[in-house]
Amino acid sequence: MPRLPEEEHPNKAFGWAARDSSGVLSPFKFSRRATGEKDVAFKVLYCGICHSDLHMVKNEWGTSLYPLVPGHEIVGEVTEVGNKVQNFKVGDRVGVGCMVGSCRSCDNCKDNLENYCPKMILTYGAKYYDGTLTYGGYSDTMVADEHFIVRILDNLPLDSAAPLLCAGITVYSPLRYYGLDKPGLHIGVVGLGGLGHVAVKFAKAMGVKVTVISTSPNKKKEALENLGADSFLISRDQDQLQGATGTLDGIIDTVSAQHPVLPLLGLLKSHGKLVLVGAPEKPLELPVFPLLQGRKVVGGNMIGGMKETQEMIDFAAKHNVKPDIEVIDMEYVNTAMERLAKADVKYRFVIDVGKTLKATS
Amino acid sequence: MAKTVEEDKQQKAFGWAATDPSGTLSPFYFSRRENGDEDVTLKILYCGVCHSDLHILKNDWGFTSYPIVPGHEIVGVATKVGKNVTKFKVGDRVGVGVLVGSCKTCECCQQDLENYCPRLIFTYNSHNPDGTKNYGGYSDMIVVDQRYVLLFPDNLPLDAGAPLLCAGITVYSPMKYYGMTEAGKHLGVAGLGGLGHVAVKIAKAFGLKVTVISSSAQKESEAIDRLGADSFLVSSDPAKIKSAIGSMDYIIDTVSAAHPLLPLLSLLKVNGKLVTLGLPNKPLELPVFPLVSGRKLVGGSDFGGMKETQEMLEFCAKHNIAADIELIRIDEINTAMERLAKSDVRYRFVIDVANSLSQ
Repeated sequence: MPRLPEEEHPNKAFGWAARDSSGVLSPFKFSRRATGEKDVAFKVLYCGICHSDLHMVKNEWGTSLYPLVPGHEIVGEVTEVGNKVQNFKVGDRVGVGCMVGSCRSCDNCKDNLENYCPKMILTYGAKYYDGTLTYGGYSDTMVADEHFIVRILDNLPLDSAAPLLCAGITVYSPLRYYGLDKPGLHIGVVGLGGLGHVAVKFAKAMGVKVTVISTSPNKKKEALENLGADSFLISRDQDQLQGATGTLDGIIDTVSAQHPVLPLLGLLKSHGKLVLVGAPEKPLELPVFPLLQGRKVVGGNMIGGMKETQEMIDFAAKHNVKPDIEVIDMEYVNTAMERLAKADVKYRFVIDVGKTLKATS
Repeated sequence: MAKTVEEDKQQKAFGWAATDPSGTLSPFYFSRRENGDEDVTLKILYCGVCHSDLHILKNDWGFTSYPIVPGHEIVGVATKVGKNVTKFKVGDRVGVGVLVGSCKTCECCQQDLENYCPRLIFTYNSHNPDGTKNYGGYSDMIVVDQRYVLLFPDNLPLDAGAPLLCAGITVYSPMKYYGMTEAGKHLGVAGLGGLGHVAVKIAKAFGLKVTVISSSAQKESEAIDRLGADSFLVSSDPAKIKSAIGSMDYIIDTVSAAHPLLPLLSLLKVNGKLVTLGLPNKPLELPVFPLVSGRKLVGGSDFGGMKETQEMLEFCAKHNIAADIELIRIDEINTAMERLAKSDVRYRFVIDVANSLSQ
């Protein structure tokens, strides 16, 4: 007979989980493994709410295993380290992002691309090496192999650092890989949400000119005055799109809903790159003529490897790149999910786990 | 009274043209401009038949302006050179490919990427800045600005070399641009026609491992025994595709009909690149998850600039690469077009213009 989640492992843990595809979260008792020789255990202080959490609690991708404790933008303070841990000590400020394991031996792992390892293990809702289900950061404690832990420098506040662990790396990595990080280049950011607003901040810190492309005219003032974007385009306004034809070296497209690619290709200069980081469920239509006639490229990207994630956190600390967040109590999480579904947040909810997650008896 | 097509320029010319979307070609008199200071006049000896010729003849893409004299794989001999022409002399073996003009001043032109110039002028189905119309190589002669003329290396045969001027550069350019030239890496070539067969030859010359991906199982022996491919995948066989998942560093996709990208994307390794070269008249379906989860990309490419086309010709001459052709007479062109529509050619028709085009 399968063991109860509370009995699977020796260390008691408490969090909020979704029990079914209604996606409603509620208090949940479970347990974490004993801190192994290479593990780092930490008290969770904050956890960002990623739109993927919403997709997963509602089983929108068809892969969810319940009970599901979401959360892969997890930050906190180290409470225990295994005896072979070299880089962390008790009291360190640390974080865990989207993955907690990989094979460590394939070409991708050797190239610091654990995120593309075919045996990569997600932080929540996945089978760990011992066969148990992984649980995410909407919980009081976390334990992970040292390799998947990042250090957060003192000058980065923990609450606003949390979203960097998924949103941050998801946009930082393609800016680097696709060469869109050079001063003087001009990029577009499609969608101004969790990912989009961080993309604007990183790009500006890299000296890149940024145009925000959005369907919401009311985001213009925010984009220009608060986030520092250089210009703003309404993606449904044909005249505006026409006026910006062939002006962008690259586009980071964060939109996960179905949307037309043709206007975005038109905004690119020759040899420009459209990078998709959102994942619509159904295929997009790819018009081929503009791709060929301008030697343009459509590429994808999925988070980043551990080395690059640490580099990204350090870059954010150095250049003061801080996501804009709304800190909420644990009990507000279901309301937050409803608001997130309507994109009603500027621009990431972060759960104040340390102060508001109360274990029930 | 409006000038006839024959009168509005000054050198008489003769070719075969189509006058409507039936695409049927027949004899056609017209004229070309007088040879200017920057120009080279070619007596045309051979012209390759590109699938784009067929698309344009039938107005598949909706922008054909009849009458059309197709042909942009043109080789011949220089018969006149203008006084400012330095690169060519009378008697040189020369070629003209897909373009005959560009603005010469934009960033693309300055970087030898005339093929991406927003004001590029195609060899046929285009107009010059002075309003005159351009006609292609299914004709006896052509006049072209020296910048857009290529010198044919001595050891490259004119007839089998003609298709390199479009098919050759169309596959060579993206192989260079997208970094698909590292010896030992694995390239998939989807579609084994005019473009595909040249891609196999060029890829082998770069030292790549090559797998041909085709819907026609009967092309396997050709691909491996004659063209030198290392392996062959039947694209309509899901089991074969599955066995090759994540095995290719790059794919050159030459298929011009609409076709699913998902199976091709699955063949790529992480960071793999798929370059699509065919021009279907409908958008392709782009599944996003494989791109995102494997950091893969789909790119386009459109023939090549003049400098690179010359470089490609020299590369092919050095490695003894030419197209596999079926030489035809101009009066066989309509039948050839019907066969081309059914992919019934190994692998390019070339018109023996000099020996069959007579008024």
